Amino acid sequence: MIHLEGIERLFKVGDQQVHALDNVTLEIPAGEYLSIMGPSGSGKSTLLHIIGLLDRPTAGKYLLDNQDVTALTDEEQARTRRETIGFVFQFFHLVPRLTAKQNIELPLVLAGLPPGERNTRSEKILQAMGLSDRAHHRPDQLSGGQRQRVAIARATIMKPKVLLADEPTGNLDRTSGNEVIEIIEQLNQKGITLIIVTHDPEIGDRARRQIHMIDGKIETDTTRPS
Amino acid sequence: MSLIDILNFTLGSLQGHRLRSLLMLLAMSIGVAAVVILTSLGEGARRYVTGEFATLGTHLIIVLPGRSETAGAGPSMFIGETPRDLTLDDSMALTRSSTIRRIAPISVGSAAVSWKEREREVPILGSTSDLLEIRHWSMAQGRFLPPDSPDLATPVCVIGSKVRDELFGAQSALGEWVRIGDRRFRVVGVLATEGRSIGVDVQEIVIIPVASAQMLFNSPSLFRIIIEARNREAIQPAIEFTRTTLRERHQGEEDVTIITQDAVLATFDRIFNALTLTVAGIATISLIVAGILIMNVMLVAITQRTTEIGLLKAIGASQHQIQTLFLMEAAILSLIGAVIGLGLGETGSWFIGYLYPAFPAGPPLWAILAAVGVALLTGVIFGTLPARRAARLDPVQALSRR
Repeated sequence: MIHLEGIERLFKVGDQQVHALDNVTLEIPAGEYLSIMGPSGSGKSTLLHIIGLLDRPTAGKYLLDNQDVTALTDEEQARTRRETIGFVFQFFHLVPRLTAKQNIELPLVLAGLPPGERNTRSEKILQAMGLSDRAHHRPDQLSGGQRQRVAIARATIMKPKVLLADEPTGNLDRTSGNEVIEIIEQLNQKGITLIIVTHDPEIGDRARRQIHMIDGKIETDTTRPS
Repeated sequence: MSLIDILNFTLGSLQGHRLRSLLMLLAMSIGVAAVVILTSLGEGARRYVTGEFATLGTHLIIVLPGRSETAGAGPSMFIGETPRDLTLDDSMALTRSSTIRRIAPISVGSAAVSWKEREREVPILGSTSDLLEIRHWSMAQGRFLPPDSPDLATPVCVIGSKVRDELFGAQSALGEWVRIGDRRFRVVGVLATEGRSIGVDVQEIVIIPVASAQMLFNSPSLFRIIIEARNREAIQPAIEFTRTTLRERHQGEEDVTIITQDAVLATFDRIFNALTLTVAGIATISLIVAGILIMNVMLVAITQRTTEIGLLKAIGASQHQIQTLFLMEAAILSLIGAVIGLGLGETGSWFIGYLYPAFPAGPPLWAILAAVGVALLTGVIFGTLPARRAARLDPVQALSRR
């Protein structure tokens, strides 16, 4: 599913070069539940951004579904992000002027789906997330947990193969955090490849496979026997 | 992404930032309104002057005695040297052409006009009945000169309204006998006051038959002959006919000057068109300033909306789509601004027309189209840079912020 080989990512800070990712090689099969942990600055977010095609590696090879995606044009990368990858962020990143339903439909709008189909799909997913009565509320009228559920709905409405979550519970209290984790774990059980970046060990330990990163390198890579 | 979705999205984001959108609309609409109002002033000035000329008559050819040389650009240009007089017979000879509709020989002099004990020195115009139609004058009372043969010295006169007031006061002037010089004339009509044409104050003249004027001033020569061609196309043949006829009558010598009113009019038309273009150009500067303002505000808007742009990228918007969205915002703002500006401009030029009814202010169609066109163009041109910047934004940086 995801095949990373010798991935490097260099940042220039002043006249110094910083190795955010240093020769990372990683193989993630479809349907995996993977958590990436490590202190801040260890490169875990950068790795996630490269997997999500928001960032391009300085060197290395990245195959997604056996396709070399680093060579794609911007248009093709955007299409891949739209169709195979879903993002969930720590700060939700909902568009404040749009209602929950409109936020969820945004990827469908970008994909050019007709309004009728957009409506059917978003109604269905709102119901699945238990947000039907919140459909026409704007983000500032929703609780944190509800906002993150809207964000998850938006990330999964295009039925992506991979769901990338960057500290999805970092801005939530324990109860709603657990709720959110349970929702995305359910999605994983239905077959989606789930990658969570977190520095909360309690969350990270729930994953079947755990990666610890330090200084842009993968330190440990353990898979719990099922 | 369909056009309706793009429009929905951009309208939503414009509504989301009301003050910013209103300011940009204001700038754009002021620019467009400036173009509309200034060109309508220029166009009004042009129409006013051409209108003034039209009251002199249309398709007119004026024959002056003497040949004006291009070198002699002094006061003598229109008067010239007169080796041979322009006579009433010359004028009558010109009536034999189908290209000429009306013809009015004119002789001019000055004489004392008196009624009872009142006397006044006024300009005397000797002419024929056609003059009324040629000059587009109208009568306040009575009739104009009778349509007799031009060489008939009928003792009748038509007086201007001011002459009437000064000689007769409140009494009726029609049918009264006045003394002009050493002759007596019966007043048959009074000219209406609105007939005011350049060079002649209709209120202060007395018009008598041309033959009577020649007798009165004891001179056979005419001041000029005014010819009205049948239509615009007939002007050139009429000039040719006049030239050849007069040359034959003047022993083969071309000793008259022929000028057309349309040529003078066309010159004024060109001058005022150039004027209108100039003010339109100046007003366009304010449109460009509005464009720069839009660019500035959009650039600020983009830094405020980096998260939104980053998010759009993360959920699959391409650079092209983001560029389209932002360009569309600029275009919609310009379009709405242009429409509001048109409304303001039309209201402004209507108001000018309301304050000065005699001044025919009104923007020409080309100015309206140009104003809207330039508004859209500046909006799109100055919207391109911010839109490109938004499209190139690094999504990782954009999303790392709250």
